[in-house]
Amino acid sequence: MSELPTVEDVADGCLLLSHRLTQWVGDAPTMEEDVALGNIALDLLGQSRGLLSLLGDEDQLAYFRDADEFHNPAICATPNGDFAKTMLRQLFVDCWLELVWHTFSEQEDDGVRGVAAKAVKENAYHRRHSRAWVVRLGDGTEESRRRTLLALEELWPLTADIAVPGWRESVTEALVEATVPVPAAAEPDPAALAGAVDARRELLAEMQSLARAHPGATW
Amino acid sequence: MTTTVARAWHVLAEVMDPEIPVLSVLELGIVRDVVETGADSVEVSVTPTYSGCPATEVIVADIRTALSAAYREVEVRVQLSPPWTTDWISDTGRAKLRGYGIAPPNGRALLPLVADDQPAACPQCGSRDIEQLAGFGSTPCKALWRCRSCREPFDYFKVH
Repeated sequence: MSELPTVEDVADGCLLLSHRLTQWVGDAPTMEEDVALGNIALDLLGQSRGLLSLLGDEDQLAYFRDADEFHNPAICATPNGDFAKTMLRQLFVDCWLELVWHTFSEQEDDGVRGVAAKAVKENAYHRRHSRAWVVRLGDGTEESRRRTLLALEELWPLTADIAVPGWRESVTEALVEATVPVPAAAEPDPAALAGAVDARRELLAEMQSLARAHPGATW
Repeated sequence: MTTTVARAWHVLAEVMDPEIPVLSVLELGIVRDVVETGADSVEVSVTPTYSGCPATEVIVADIRTALSAAYREVEVRVQLSPPWTTDWISDTGRAKLRGYGIAPPNGRALLPLVADDQPAACPQCGSRDIEQLAGFGSTPCKALWRCRSCREPFDYFKVH
């Protein structure tokens, strides 16, 4: 079982997942989903900015650190895949963040507490959304179920570092309703983790290119 | 309250939310405090509504601009803790939201948030026969609903 993350782990995780979600904007299955994913991405970006600002200069940290200096959980940078994979990834991260924000909202640091107390509520809406989709897809058509099971197989090895105490119970509750079998606790998988490192490098190359081409630029 | 501070509150009552222009920053409940920091100088503490709300930076700039016309020195401080909640929207603010076609948050933002959070009625015709179209709407604070009576879609300001 994984330990509770640091402020930096969470800031980086929210930032990279936010950027992944923005890749759906304009390309989601329905207009409502386009708006939903965009809004969830915006919340995650705001939460990350709140934490990064506590650690230093947010732009410097987001745009000018190299890929191997990021501390995000592996699953946050993994490519979107299809909609089933995006929603399952979201559920896994939302369940993790729910526990993280609750813990952070009781921390001594006033800054961390402020970001977390706000994020707890925002995350509740995200989780409601991802959970509803996972249930609908897992317990849906033959094709949606097939894709959900493939997504589970692909994502599960990346959950080792977000499986904090309480996470498995939270995820199990949703998967059971989705009639999806819950695998045994994930062991860190070197091949999957190497893939996640590559995914992060690719994602950051895109995200950081503009800021690096025009350092110090302002609107 | 000193005259300097009282004057600042009057100025703030005229600063509107850029995305919901019928609502002032006071009715939205984001101004935490105004203090006099010296001769003709004030400091305003503002709590952002949502973590990722792009309107926050515009609001801070608008407050600064409005007060700068009336004071020598203006400081706007962003205060994260305690976090803003929809409970801080004033009754006048709620009525104005409804008049603008947005159903105001229905209920208090107690944790854990209730799963069946929903508007009290259609802001257009008052019918309670309503349904949710999408959990996320035109801005991070809203969901999209529809009235089954008048058939109009409308925004709902979610309990946060």
